[in-house]
Formats: sequence, structure tokens, C-alpha cells
Amino acid sequence: MEAFTRLDAAAAPLPLANIDTDQIIPKQFLKIVDRKGLAKGLFYDLRFDDDGRERPDFVLNQPTYKGAGVLIAGDNFGCGSSREHAPWALMDFGIKAVVSTSFADIFYNNCFQNGLLPVVLKADEVRQLMDEARGGNHVVSIDLEAQTVTSPSGAVFGFQIDPQRKAKMLKGLDAIGETLEAAKDIDTYEMKRALAQPWLEGA
Amino acid sequence: MPPMPGKTLYDKIWDAHVVAEQDGEAILYIDLHLIHEVTTPQAFAGLRANRRAVRRPDRTLAVADHNIPTEGQGLGVDAVADDEARLQLQTLGRNVEDYGIEYFQMGDIRNGIVHVVGPEQGRTQPGMTIVCGDSHTSTHGAFGALAHGIGTSEVEHVLATQTLRQKKAKNFRIRIEGEPAPGVGAKDYALAIIGEIGTAGGTGYVIEYAGSAVRALSMEGRMTLCNLTIEGGARAGLVAPDETTFEYLKGRPSTPKGGAWEMALGYWKSFFSDDDAVFDREIVLDAAKIAPTVTWGTSPEDVVAVTGAVPAPESFATPDKRASAERALGYMGLTAGQPITEAKIDVVFIGSCTNSRIEDLRAAAKVAAKALEGGRKVADGVRAMVVPGSGLVRAQAEEEGLDAVFRTAGFEWREPGCSMCLAMNPDKLEPGQRCASTSNRNFEGRQGRGGRTHLMSPAMAAAAAIAGHIADVRDFL
Repeated sequence: MEAFTRLDAAAAPLPLANIDTDQIIPKQFLKIVDRKGLAKGLFYDLRFDDDGRERPDFVLNQPTYKGAGVLIAGDNFGCGSSREHAPWALMDFGIKAVVSTSFADIFYNNCFQNGLLPVVLKADEVRQLMDEARGGNHVVSIDLEAQTVTSPSGAVFGFQIDPQRKAKMLKGLDAIGETLEAAKDIDTYEMKRALAQPWLEGA
Repeated sequence: MPPMPGKTLYDKIWDAHVVAEQDGEAILYIDLHLIHEVTTPQAFAGLRANRRAVRRPDRTLAVADHNIPTEGQGLGVDAVADDEARLQLQTLGRNVEDYGIEYFQMGDIRNGIVHVVGPEQGRTQPGMTIVCGDSHTSTHGAFGALAHGIGTSEVEHVLATQTLRQKKAKNFRIRIEGEPAPGVGAKDYALAIIGEIGTAGGTGYVIEYAGSAVRALSMEGRMTLCNLTIEGGARAGLVAPDETTFEYLKGRPSTPKGGAWEMALGYWKSFFSDDDAVFDREIVLDAAKIAPTVTWGTSPEDVVAVTGAVPAPESFATPDKRASAERALGYMGLTAGQPITEAKIDVVFIGSCTNSRIEDLRAAAKVAAKALEGGRKVADGVRAMVVPGSGLVRAQAEEEGLDAVFRTAGFEWREPGCSMCLAMNPDKLEPGQRCASTSNRNFEGRQGRGGRTHLMSPAMAAAAAIAGHIADVRDFL
């Protein structure tokens, strides 16, 4: 997993609520057997018209926001399907952080498995960031260590994040390796369970 | 010292599965891991890259459901026309072979939608922890199992360790009390709840469903209710196991038999919320006040009683919600104030992990049979398809003669799979087509690019097929 420490990047505003993972990456792009190459499908129906041409009014198609690294979105971003292809597609496109007032549970969790930082801010702060991102200067700074987002005009907003998740994100740690350090505990649990619930063994 | 407060059902399942705590996160043991072709290839690739084994292949079960065609399944995977889908299915076949995991292949009568197969086989049992790389894993909560969807990285984590790293969610109880009106059931309850709490209303919670109306539901109904829990944003839904649960489980292929059954029963009966358990949030709904419910927009929270009208964007509280409603009306081709029954239907889809079980098919067939008695069939110009949740559901329906009713009334009778719920296989809507669907998501493009989805119960979908527009099932009973 890629580590995330600090990011200075252009921010693109996407002021829609309930952007679901079907919109982030439609199903026709899920039929792959690896993690790479999903950028082409990101927000496919929002980005392209029926003939496959870019929709000029979609924010990520506008020259100003090409190469944006931060997305500022409406409430409940990432609801719907558990597809991890959603964070994979965002990362593959170059988005490294998403700011919203709230995220759906599974998407939020998936972000941390991939080094994509989901930042929860208050509604008025998200609105201010969106307004500023629409102006001439779009560069937002996110400092994970300090837990702050700095708007283009210099306003600083603090955000909350689970300390363990933060620590892993800063180092880009692999969760499986960490859990396997508790392999003895898993062995013990399984032995006890085999005695208490024998019907689950050898099923 | 004050007495310890009682535990909720969720607390009890959680406590029974904590293996260890690391840095404030629990390592939670997973009793059952269900896998399918779409969200696992990268997980197995990760195992290979790190030379890791599957810890408990015996607690893992694989099915093929998301992208399989719903005809010609007997021809086998190599005959699947879509190159990418075929490669995913072949990849799963190779992975389960390499790691010794049981697999119900496409065409096996036991195969079907993962959330239909698990319960049907008796793999899903009370008090278990169950995960799958699919958000509708919440379905299994109907048995009093803690079940939820995970991403592919976590699939890899569970394959390697048989555990999941988790922070505990909060407890939310939704009680539904009283008797529903005829024609109203679990799907209507679920849609009404999401309409009430919103698609993010359950975020951070595990929801336990309780109350007399929930107790009165069959296992199929409870599965529908728990299935849609994720659409309200909650991590999982739960119903405490009771006689209805045990009756359903008894004699299933993977449930314990003989003395082991008695032992398991004793264990399962310990899973209920104590009377003095504390919930962080609680709401109560009156079943009698819930009408047959459909969605009008592009989020499952966009619900309206079938007797109601499409709402005006101005009626929403926040600018974002107003913008989303405006966009939804444009996408759906509807006008504010229009009665929802005016919406003309092109396609009817009866299926999905939400509503493709035998009881769902019976409810839809009842409406079709009634229509046939009155000399009516599927309306001209409407394509209506029925996709059973598994090969066994299909066989059971055929034994009961439901397929004949459907076919005579003009419905297509298909082979099992996820099908048009997410349209990863050839079953999809054309741009602009309007669909009465028993599935779970009405998102833009979900059932096909430009397709317009109205969620509803199986009986309501059958009524829409006959009428050619959204219709009140109570006029068809």
C-alpha cells in the first residue's frame, strides 16, 4: 500500500450527494482480474456521453481540473456496492484524497486498504472548499500528520481520523502481515471453537 | 458496583468472535467466507505474490453468480460469450482448485446468487460471523449472524488469516409493530425504513430488527429486510433467531444432524438482545401505516407510496439534495407532482439477492395467476423476466408449477444468477428503458446505461408487468 503523508494538489468540486460506487466505476469495468488500468472507467457515465466523447461540463474534463489530486464531494460519498474497484479507479486516475461530510462504511474502509485518504469535514467547511475550488486557485493542502486541510485561500480545517488508521496510512502498512503476528491467538481461538462448536469442523 | 447492563445481539456475536485486540482494533474470527468471481481475482493474486496459504478452505465456499448468463449455463464456462466474464470465471475455477476450496460451478443445481445459496445450504447459521466481497452480505443477518460486505483487500485478509480487523459499530434497533395491510411485506418495510432514515441513516451502526411484524416474517422476508440494510448505510442487519429460523435450518445439507443439532440449537438460542440491553438509537414503525412502496428516483431513499406522486425538488431540505432530486427527475424522465402509477414500464425484472427466493416467486406467480384468470397477460410491449436465485429455487418453483404460470402469462423463465440487478451479464436495460425491478439499487446506470429503475416487491413488479405501468398490487389480489 502507498503511504500518505502530505498532499498539495488541485481539488475538483463534485457537489452531488450520494455518489455511489456504480457511478464511480460502472460494472462493465469490474470484469478484470488485476487492480490496474481502471482510470478509464472512473465516473464513466458522468465523464463521457453516449458516443464516448468527453462531456465538457463534467468537472474532471475541464482543463483547469486535469490532474486533480483531491475530490470534494457531496454527502454520503461511496455508497452502494462493496467494489474495491472504486478506490482503485480513483487512485489510478490520480485522486489521492476525497473530502466529504460523510462516507459510506465499506467504501471508507476500502480507502484505507489502498492509501486513498477519505477526509470528513463539516458541511460548511466542505461548502467553502467547493466554492474556493471553483475559483482561480484550486490547490488544497492535506497534512495527515497534523490532520488539517488548508483551503486555497489559506483557511485551515482540522479533521478527525482513527489513530490506528492514521498510523498505518502514514507508513503504508500491510494489514495481513500485522494480523499474522497474532497467529498464535488465532490458533488458540480455533482450538477452543472446535471444542465448543464441533459441528462447524469438517463441514 | 452497578450491575453490568445487558448485551445486545450484536454485542454477543461480537464478543464471541474477538480473537485478540491490536492497537484498539479487534481481530474478529470469521466463521464463513463466501466468495464469487468478481471481487476475488486480485485477492488470490495477492496471496500468490506473498506466498500465503488460505487458512481455512473448509470455511470458504465459492459460487459463480455476478456475471454468468441466465441461459445456456449447462454449456459450461468455456461457452460464456463475454471474454472478460469468461476469464473471471476461469480464474475463479483455477483459484479454488489451487487452494482446495469448495465451488458450486455455473450449471450446478446448487449454484446461484451467493446470498441465496448460503442460507439454502444451511451454511448460514445463527451466531456466526459471515463475510463476502459483496455489500448485500447483510442478507445473512436474517439468521442472527453478523454478516457484512468487505472489499477485495479484506477478502485477501480473510483468506490468509480467517479473521477481519474491525472496530465495533454502534447498536441501532428498528422495531416494526403491528399487522401490515394485505399486499404489504418485507420489501415495503425496508423501502419505508430507508425513506425514513436515508441512505446514510445507518452509517456507523449495526441494525437489529425487532417487533411483532418482524417476528411474523418468514425467513425469506427477513432476508429481504436484512439485505436492504446496506442501502440504509448500516454495516449489518440482524434478526434474533427463533423457531422460524430453526425450522428453516433443520435438515439443510450443511446444518448439524442428530445430537449435534441439539447442541447447536442450545448455542443458537443464546443469541438475542437482553431485556436491559442499551441501544444507541431506536425507532419504531407501525406496519399498518406502510403502503406498497416504490422508488421514484436514483437513490433507494427516494421512495413513495404507490398511491403517491413524484416529489418536487424544492421539497428537499439541503441544496445538495435539491440538486440530486433535480438530476434524478431528469434522469428518470419524470415530472414533479405526477402520480407514480403513470410511469409506463418497458421491462420487469423479478430476481436478485433481495427477492429471488421461492416465497418471492410464489408472490409474483400469484399475481400472474390471478391475471390469467381474468384473461390478462404481461402487457404488450413489456419484457418481463423471472430469474430464480439458485438452481434449487428454480427446481422448487418448477415442481410447484410456478414456471408454467409465468410462461403462460408471458414472463421469461431464466436460469439463476445476479442478472439484471447489476447487469454485468447480457441482461441489461437499453438507454431510456424503464424497469419495475425487485432488486436493491436504482442508481443511475445500475441496470444498464441510461436505464431507469423503480424498486418494488415481487408482487408489485408482477402487477406492473400486467398493467404496463406502475400499479397498486392491491388491485390485483
